[in-house]
Amino acid sequence: MSLPAIIENNPMVAWPVILVTLLVLLYLARQQMHRMIKAFTRVTSQALRLASRSLLLAERQLKQRNREVLLASGAMDVEKELEREFHRVDAVVKRDLQTYPAFHRSMSDLITRIDEDYRKSTDVPPSPPAWIAAIEAVAQVPNTDGGVAEILGEINNTLDRHHKSAMDSYRKASQERHGLLNKMMPFWRKLGETLDQVGKTITGLFERSEKISNKMDEYEQIRAGEDQAERRLSSSSLTQFFISGLVMMIAIGGAIINFNLIALPMSEMVGGGSYIGNFKTSNVAALVIILVEISMGLFLMESLRITHLFPVIGQLDDKMRRKMIWISFIILFTLAGVESALAFMRDRIAADMQALRQSLAGAEAVTSQVESLIPTIGQMVMGFVLPFALTFVAIPLESFIHSSRTVLGVSVAWVLRAAAFILRLIGNITRHLGNALIALYDLLIFPAIWLEEKLHRQPKLEEPAQVPNEEVLP
Amino acid sequence: MTRLTLLLAGLLLLASGCSDTTSHSKAVYMLLDTSGTYTRELDKAASIINYLLGTLQPGDSLAVARIDTGSFSEKDIVQKITFDGRPSVSNQQKRDFKENIDKFVKTVKGAAYTDITGGILQAAEYLYETGSGRKVILVFSDMEEELAKGYVRDIPLQLQGVEVVALNVTKLRGDIIDPRKYMSRLEDWKKKVESGQGKWRVINDLERLERILE
Repeated sequence: MSLPAIIENNPMVAWPVILVTLLVLLYLARQQMHRMIKAFTRVTSQALRLASRSLLLAERQLKQRNREVLLASGAMDVEKELEREFHRVDAVVKRDLQTYPAFHRSMSDLITRIDEDYRKSTDVPPSPPAWIAAIEAVAQVPNTDGGVAEILGEINNTLDRHHKSAMDSYRKASQERHGLLNKMMPFWRKLGETLDQVGKTITGLFERSEKISNKMDEYEQIRAGEDQAERRLSSSSLTQFFISGLVMMIAIGGAIINFNLIALPMSEMVGGGSYIGNFKTSNVAALVIILVEISMGLFLMESLRITHLFPVIGQLDDKMRRKMIWISFIILFTLAGVESALAFMRDRIAADMQALRQSLAGAEAVTSQVESLIPTIGQMVMGFVLPFALTFVAIPLESFIHSSRTVLGVSVAWVLRAAAFILRLIGNITRHLGNALIALYDLLIFPAIWLEEKLHRQPKLEEPAQVPNEEVLP
Repeated sequence: MTRLTLLLAGLLLLASGCSDTTSHSKAVYMLLDTSGTYTRELDKAASIINYLLGTLQPGDSLAVARIDTGSFSEKDIVQKITFDGRPSVSNQQKRDFKENIDKFVKTVKGAAYTDITGGILQAAEYLYETGSGRKVILVFSDMEEELAKGYVRDIPLQLQGVEVVALNVTKLRGDIIDPRKYMSRLEDWKKKVESGQGKWRVINDLERLERILE
């Protein structure tokens, strides 16, 4: 009779026997089991802790590398900005201050002329009244026969005539002086304008020098590897990443519209029934045109030295660079023209399809359709403008690529840190789980342990006092 | 020189690897039952054909054939066409197709017998010849086959990769009395099509034509 059959026939006897046997076996294997659980959990826990430590080390190295890259990139950017500012200052100095000696001479001439004119226009006071003393002397002569009055009358007449003459010459002199002052006006204005111009130049230079000073401070901080500089650069990179990402999304939207504008008419050129892989050839062709436009836009921006994605283009000599500008612009212009034509064709095909659908649906031919050229022209203009608009994608693309290095580095460092934490957590959990398993094991065999404890606690039977086995003498 | 040759050979291989080996075009063969009173239903068939013309793309194929006494014949094909790749040309082809079908629907005369099996055999032959990726046979009929004396149609169908869609399967007088006849008729056709490794569907609601080519 087999064991299952025995169990089935005598469950009341068989199960307790099995349980007791199991209990005994588990109790006997207790020490080994404890050692095994402890060893297993210790190994696992230590391996996980080691892995966690490795990840933390890798994170630290990555962080250090990120910091170096960020600071180097930031230093390069500031160097470029400083270089540009110095170029601007140089241009201002060459343009405005190079002619400063001429300005100075012109101003000196003007001042001399104004000074001369001013001297000439000095107010000449009228001659002092010398007649008063004569009148006083005559007035003291006793007027006996009325001669004094006559003399005084004569003096009065002479005085009036003299006064009139003096006033006339004074008025004439004043008129001349006013004339001179009037002539000074343009010189004053010119002097004022010259001074304003010099003032503006000096103010501009002052502002630029302040900017340069700030940039130099920033540069020094970066060179010194200060945390503040790192934080600022990191924050700036993140901002750049999100802003350029947003602009890229907008550009992708533009590219999708562009694609829809030319995909249908492309089927008229390459056929609507052919496929490349799982994609319609016309769609692939439209996509290729858009990608070529974007590439040309990139080359154009690169040749114009607006972006710096391809060092090879940036290092070309000016003559070759100008050639490249023209070539990429002509290709872009041609493609824009092609797109415009395709947009026109799209409008015609869409109208034809609409008419077909109406006739298939059984509707009467619509004769009173509003034939407006505005949608057609709108599509053509869009088809022409969008390639040029896509050209400017190069700028956010460059920012995106540059900032993504920092963002990617920060993200990977964060992931490493999180992974290290999780591994450490799992290691600790494993270690404690081992203790829990040992406790659970003991719980399962508690009757045996209880019995063992009971037996240990039982007072030992009093042993007979040990009598020294002395030799008994007969 | 050797390097250039190798490079060109590599590019050629790459280009050939990129070319598509599976066809993405569709081919639809529509069988119109012209027997007895079913000719009155042909206006509905015309609207289905119009729907197909509006749905099929450049490069797809469409054929319309009648079911009569002996349908296993090219003579029963009313109109067949593979649309041009250029949308402007294919639109004109669709207009011409519609015009011809409208003429056919107006002038069609009822046939004495209904050889559906022959029509399906002819349809399968045409569809395989098109080499299209998706092959659909639309059977616009009550699916009641009536063969003239001497016609042998007890042959297995070869419909691997072909979908057979029965459209507007009307109930006959006998079906109304005993619906089991209708059900067993459809079940027989299903077995026949599926034994030929084809797919079988029935669409009676012509308000949902988009289900035909779903």
